[in-house]
Amino acid sequence: MAELDVQVVASDHAVWSGAAKSVRGRTVEGDIGILPGHTPVLSLLAEGDLVINPVEGAPVRARVSGGFFSVDSDQVTIVADKAELDES
Amino acid sequence: MGAQIRVYRQKIASTSSMKKIFKAMELIATSRIGKARSRARAASPYADAITRAVSAVASQNDIDHVLTTKVENPTRAAVLILTSDRGLAGAYSTNVLKRGEALTKRLREDGKEIRPYLYGRKAQAFYDFREREYDQVWTGNTDAPEVDRAQEIGRTLVDRFLQPTEEGGVDELYLVYTEFQSMVKQEPVVRRLLPLAFVEQDADAKHEPTPLYDFEPAAEEVLDALLPRYIESKIFAAMLEASASELAARQRAMKSAADNADDLIKKYTLLRNNARQAEITQELSELIAGADALAAS
Repeated sequence: MAELDVQVVASDHAVWSGAAKSVRGRTVEGDIGILPGHTPVLSLLAEGDLVINPVEGAPVRARVSGGFFSVDSDQVTIVADKAELDES
Repeated sequence: MGAQIRVYRQKIASTSSMKKIFKAMELIATSRIGKARSRARAASPYADAITRAVSAVASQNDIDHVLTTKVENPTRAAVLILTSDRGLAGAYSTNVLKRGEALTKRLREDGKEIRPYLYGRKAQAFYDFREREYDQVWTGNTDAPEVDRAQEIGRTLVDRFLQPTEEGGVDELYLVYTEFQSMVKQEPVVRRLLPLAFVEQDADAKHEPTPLYDFEPAAEEVLDALLPRYIESKIFAAMLEASASELAARQRAMKSAADNADDLIKKYTLLRNNARQAEITQELSELIAGADALAAS
């Protein structure tokens, strides 16, 4: 199965990057879920949780506020003003 | 004669204590350059991503966005000059300010009014001393810039840009800062931030042609939100690079100051020894002359 290449960056540092099965986040228009093969999208992020299901390991959660994310041929770039990984 | 020796001793003592300070500052600067550069590297994924997104939006949509459209006859330009807060960094601030002066002169010749925005106490002092006006100044932490500061500056400048020209808004925005090319080479440069010029294709050259994005919400709104962030990230990147340059300049200045102190110490030690020897010689000849006089009588 195809994988997503996910990159999460905040304005002053890279937060997380790796391969994932799916990404779920909240945009200004509502929640959005990204699976491999998603059509290219560029969307604004709202404040909320971001959940990444990596290919291996437990889901990664992060709190993000503001910013945008782009999906383009299985490359997901989440660019947040502030992003904080939930360690729990 | 004894007074001469004392003077040299004092000079040697003060020069060596200054040398210690220079050495310490050099070490501090050296250790912080690495940190400044890694911060610049850490911020670059964000800047890259945002640049890619902005050029993707702009390339496929012929949107007339305020931030991208050129005003017919630009009459007013904002110039943001990034200098340092503290001195002891050689010609670092002077070079940036000189570059800024050259740009100001060129823009004035084109008939534009200049609105200076300053960053760093050195720029403020430069303008205050010449009793020139400036619109706003930010000081503090130029050697370790914060994102919040960059956002504040970005917002201020974008707001000013969005104001209609008649109400005092600016038509162009220039950024003058020092580019960190290597540890021994930092070059003051000028970048035009606004209106945006999408020529950053070299970053995309290795990429496939930018895909046709769906926008959520509309492309205009996405661009509305993206462009200020783009400006902010550019300003932040410039601030980080300027801070690395500042530290590198300081390291170099402190190193040559310490070397000069070394030379001075050597010179004064030589002079002190000369003076001491002269004193001994004189005492001896006085003694001999005295003894001779006694023997002759």
